[in-house]
Amino acid sequence: MSRYLLGRLGQAAVAIFLALTAVFFLVRITGDPVILFLPLDVQPKDIAQFRHLLGFDRPVWTQYVEFLGRAARGDFGASLRYRAPALGLVLRRLPVTAELAAVSLAVVASVAVPVGILSARYRGTVVDHLGITLTAAGQAVPGFWLGLMLIWVFGVWLRWLPVAGFGGWTHFVLPTLTLTAFYAAQIARITRSAVLDALGQDYVRTARAKGMREIGVLVRHVLKNAAIPIVTVFGLNAGQLLGGAVVTETIFAWPGMGAYILNALLGRDFPVVMVGVFCTSVIYVTMNLAVDLAYLWIDPRVRYA
Amino acid sequence: MPDATAAQPARFAAPRASSWRALRRSRTGLAGVVIVTAIVMAATCAPWLAPSNPTAPVFGAILNRPGPVHPFGTDQLGRDVLSRVIYGARVALAVGLTTVIAAGLIGCTLGLVSGYAGGWADAAITRIADVQLSFPFILLALVVNAVIGAGLRNIILSLAIAGWPLYVRVVRGEVLALRHREYVQAAVAVGARPVRLLWRHVLPNVMTPIVVISTLQVSQFIIAEATISFLGFGVQPPTPAWGSMVSDGRNYIFFAWWLAAFPGAALAVTALGVNLTGDWLRDALDPRLRS
Repeated sequence: MSRYLLGRLGQAAVAIFLALTAVFFLVRITGDPVILFLPLDVQPKDIAQFRHLLGFDRPVWTQYVEFLGRAARGDFGASLRYRAPALGLVLRRLPVTAELAAVSLAVVASVAVPVGILSARYRGTVVDHLGITLTAAGQAVPGFWLGLMLIWVFGVWLRWLPVAGFGGWTHFVLPTLTLTAFYAAQIARITRSAVLDALGQDYVRTARAKGMREIGVLVRHVLKNAAIPIVTVFGLNAGQLLGGAVVTETIFAWPGMGAYILNALLGRDFPVVMVGVFCTSVIYVTMNLAVDLAYLWIDPRVRYA
Repeated sequence: MPDATAAQPARFAAPRASSWRALRRSRTGLAGVVIVTAIVMAATCAPWLAPSNPTAPVFGAILNRPGPVHPFGTDQLGRDVLSRVIYGARVALAVGLTTVIAAGLIGCTLGLVSGYAGGWADAAITRIADVQLSFPFILLALVVNAVIGAGLRNIILSLAIAGWPLYVRVVRGEVLALRHREYVQAAVAVGARPVRLLWRHVLPNVMTPIVVISTLQVSQFIIAEATISFLGFGVQPPTPAWGSMVSDGRNYIFFAWWLAAFPGAALAVTALGVNLTGDWLRDALDPRLRS
């Protein structure tokens, strides 16, 4: 078990190192990164000076080693627009995004999983058809459009909910709906197929044959076995939730990391973009590590391997 | 990773006939094919279907509500939204198809190499694919787009760069399962070169999952393009593209809902149609991928 843990920690470290490398080379794929790192009002004659100042005229490998060294100390350079360390600027906005993501994850877990279970348990009935229709719609509706339509219906037309900003629980409703639609549909779908798979197994027939109550069969036997694929997809797609946060936060003027990264992209503030990409990778790696730890709990085969 | 026996594609006497029967049996599959056909028709016949010019401003008809003359209303420049939605199908389909082809070509080639060659090439390719798959697709495409610049060509490029790893994962798995099969071994024994071997013996057997993934990816790419255009990169005005139309509509959401509503609905219906078609293809062609 500790070997499993060590292995997973090692993989996480490698992934973060690769993400750093990717960030480094990403801004260099056009050949000359200096344009990406200049203030917008720079004069053409100053470009060469900036190239020297930023070290872009040195060999790539020297730059790479230096970049890794500074990254290890948390130094990713200063934001071109705010003239402050980029890492701090991004991290300051992380809690607000984390709050939205946590609420969304909770909603997904408490809505999508039951929908999937019901859909599978009552396969072929009205309940199942309703579930399938909802998930198909959820997977097809683009998040940015759903967000706008929610603003129109609940903010402009009915005037029930605030349409922008960060505040009390009412501010969470629309962004959460927007952020979770696609993800919840995916989880409901995988839950349905995983539960269907488990329902067809011999141990379920045995449990029923020995007179176990249906709820007990579902929780003790079906759900326990269906949990592995569900948790896997949950973790794999948590990273996509961060991508969704970029769109959702932009539409609802949510003062989080996603909207901040998008603004940096639009304003060509590449030190901030690099930090954003890096932080997203770290969050994702952490999420996956959490899923791997969850396996220890739900799957004894991992525990005793 | 499926073992060799489980990976054997179930081939029946007449796969085409049976998938046609499966389509008629599947109401959702039929609905999907009907929607996709309608979108393709709209894209190809746009000049004849659209009631008016999608790009020429008409300043006498600014922000008209949906009505008999303009079923979807008019936009901030007086252009007919219905016509723009019809023309928008062109960008959506063009981006969806070219991106899938580009991503598929890169991904399949790398997947074949990775699965067949093994060794360090395999390790490098799968590592890169894993790292990339672990990153939010839309954010990666946005960053690449910001680095290489906006525009339709670059949006296709950035989506292809962000989208290839999925193919690697699937194709590599299939190749690993196939390479020890008798007919592949036999081809090796008679001296077939790797390229011929992969092209003639391995690729045809991997086509089914590739077709299925490609179909499902078309909708992902169409939505991704629209999202990127919505966020201000990608397709630039006055080209009618659904994403940038919704983006324009965002500024008018408080008094002209139709600007954002209709192009977004077109997007959702298209994605739904493509997804339903993909699900049906998967069920009809490749029962192993059924989820």
